[in-house]
Amino acid sequence: MTSLAAGARVATADPGAHLVAKARWRWPEFLLWLFAIALIWLAPSRYLLFNEIAILALLALSIDLVLGFSGIVTLGQGAFYGLGAYTAGLMAKHGIGTFPWSDPLLGLLGAGLVAGFVGFLSSFLVLRGSDLTRLMVTLGVALIVQELGNKLDWITGGADGLQGVMPAPLLGLFDFDIFGRTAYLYSLSVLFVLFLLARALVNSPSGLSLRAIKGNVIRARAIGIPVERRLVVIYTIGAAYAGIAGALLAQTTQFVSLDVLSFEKSADALLIVVFGGVGTLYGALVGSIAFKAMYDVLASATPEYWSFWLGLALVLLVLFARGGIIGLLTALRDRLDRARSARA
Amino acid sequence: MAAVLETKALHKNFGGLTATNNVTFALPAGARHALIGPNGAGKTTFVNLLSGVLTPTSGTVYLDGTDVTRWPAHRRAGAGLARTFQINQLFADFTPLETIVLAISQAKGLATRFLRPVGTDAGVVSAAADLLQRLTLADVMHARVGSLPYGKQRLLEIAIAIASEPKVLLLDEPAAGVPESEREQILDVVAALPGEMALVLIEHDMDLVFRFAKSLTVLVNGGVLVEGSPGEIVNDPRVRQVYLGELHVEGFSQPHAGGALG
Repeated sequence: MTSLAAGARVATADPGAHLVAKARWRWPEFLLWLFAIALIWLAPSRYLLFNEIAILALLALSIDLVLGFSGIVTLGQGAFYGLGAYTAGLMAKHGIGTFPWSDPLLGLLGAGLVAGFVGFLSSFLVLRGSDLTRLMVTLGVALIVQELGNKLDWITGGADGLQGVMPAPLLGLFDFDIFGRTAYLYSLSVLFVLFLLARALVNSPSGLSLRAIKGNVIRARAIGIPVERRLVVIYTIGAAYAGIAGALLAQTTQFVSLDVLSFEKSADALLIVVFGGVGTLYGALVGSIAFKAMYDVLASATPEYWSFWLGLALVLLVLFARGGIIGLLTALRDRLDRARSARA
Repeated sequence: MAAVLETKALHKNFGGLTATNNVTFALPAGARHALIGPNGAGKTTFVNLLSGVLTPTSGTVYLDGTDVTRWPAHRRAGAGLARTFQINQLFADFTPLETIVLAISQAKGLATRFLRPVGTDAGVVSAAADLLQRLTLADVMHARVGSLPYGKQRLLEIAIAIASEPKVLLLDEPAAGVPESEREQILDVVAALPGEMALVLIEHDMDLVFRFAKSLTVLVNGGVLVEGSPGEIVNDPRVRQVYLGELHVEGFSQPHAGGALG
C-alpha cells in the first residue's frame, strides 16, 4: 500500500507526468516487436506467413484507427485496401525507368494517396447517420469499388487478376526473393513506422479529441471540437493506411486478385480488430497473429470446420471477453497489480 | 452596456408545436440572469437555440454583435459561448484531468497537435489542475469520470464549460438531481464564477434563482411573459397567475425561504 500512496502523491504533485506516463512504452510492447524481429532467425521457412500477418495487421490497424478511436463502424475498409493494391500493382507493372522512379516505396506513397483521396471523398458519406447507416454506407462503397474492379478488366485484369507485377528492388538494393525474406522485413518495417505514427497520434491531443467524439459527440461539439472535420481527417488517414497495406500485398505477392476488394476481406479485418481488442492499437497486431495462427493450425487440422471454430471463438470472445485479447491481458495485469499491492 | 448575447424575434417550431415564440432577449456582459418558467415553457429549447444544438425556424442570434444564427455548436463554443447540460454530457472513459486538458487545448487551438503525448504542455496541464482544484475535484483528477459520484460529475460538467474561459455561460439546471448535502457546493461554485462572465441560469429551484439572479426572464409557452429584477418578478401578478396552478405562492413572496418549485 505504501508504494501506491507514494504513487498517488507523485500524481498530484505532477499531473502532467501522470498523463504523459500513459503514453510510455511498456515491456510487453518491446517484447512483441522484438519477437517479430526474432522470427527472421527463428522460423525462416515461414516468412510468407509472417508477411501476410504483418499486412493483415496493418489493415486491421487502419480499422482500429477509424473504429476504435473515432467510433466509425466500417465494413468497407477492403475498398481502400484493394485500391492500394491495384495502384501499387499497376505502378510496379507499368513502372518505367530505373531507381528511384520505380521504387516500391513510391508505390506505397501512390497507393496511400489514391486510397486516402477516395477515403476523403467517401468520408462525407459516413459523417451523418447512426452506426447502422455507416455500416451500410461503408459496405456500399466497398461493393461499388469491387464491381468497378471487376468491370474495368482492361486496367485491373478483372477476374484473372493483375498479372506481371514486378516491383523493382527495394531502394534499388534488395530484390524480393521467393522465400519472402525481403518481403517480411519490408512489410514489418512499414508496419512498425506506421504503427509508431498511429501510436503517437492516439496519445496526442488530437487523439484525445477523437476519443472525445467517440465518447460523447454532444459534449465534444459543446467544447468547440469540429466533429465533422476531425472525422474526415481520421477516416482519410485510415483509408491511406489500408491502401498502403494493399500496396504491400501487391508488391510482396506480385499479384493482385479481385479478392482484395471482397466483402470477406473487410469482414475478416473487422473481426480481427474485435478479436484483438477495439481501440487498443495492439489489438490489431495481436488479433492478426491469433487469427492467422488459428487459421494455420485449424485449417490444416480440420479444413472443413475452419469456419465453425472461428465462429465459436468469436462468440465466446464477445460474450466473455468484450475487450478482446488485449482486454483479457489488461484485466490479468490489473489483477496481478492488485495482488502485488495487497501483499506489499 | 453592449449585449454579449442577443436574440431577435426567435422562433422554433417542431411540426405544429411552437416551442419558442418570438423571443427577443439581450444579455449584457457580466450578467447574472435567470431563465424560469413552468415545465414545457421552452427553456431548454431556447438554450439549445442559443448554443447551436438547434437551428431556429426564424429569427436571429447574435454573439458579441456577430450574427451566429447559422453557426454550428462547435463554432459558437469557439467564439466564447459555453454551456452545461441538464443531463450530464461527459466523457465517461476519460479522467477529469484529461477532460479539462482537452477542453483547454481545444479552446487554445492546441487540440490538433498530433505528435507529442497529452500532458507535455505544462501550461495547459497546470491550468487544468488549477481549475480542478478550484472546483474541489483535485483529489479525483485521475479517476475514471464514469465512476465518480453524481455530485462530482455535476461539478465536472461546470468545469468543462468554464475551462475555455467563455464570455457567456449557459447553466442548464446545474443542481438538478444533486443530493441536498452536495447542493451547497454547486451553488458556491456558481457564485464564485468570474464577474465578467455573463451567466444564464435555467432553474426550477426558486431558492437558487433568487440567491443568484440580478435579473430574470419568465418564459411561458415558448414566449417571454415578463422580464425584470427579482423584486419585480415576485410582485408581478401575471407570474403569480402562471405559477398559481402548480405552486405555492409563498415561494415568491418569501424568495429566501426556499423550496423547489415546479
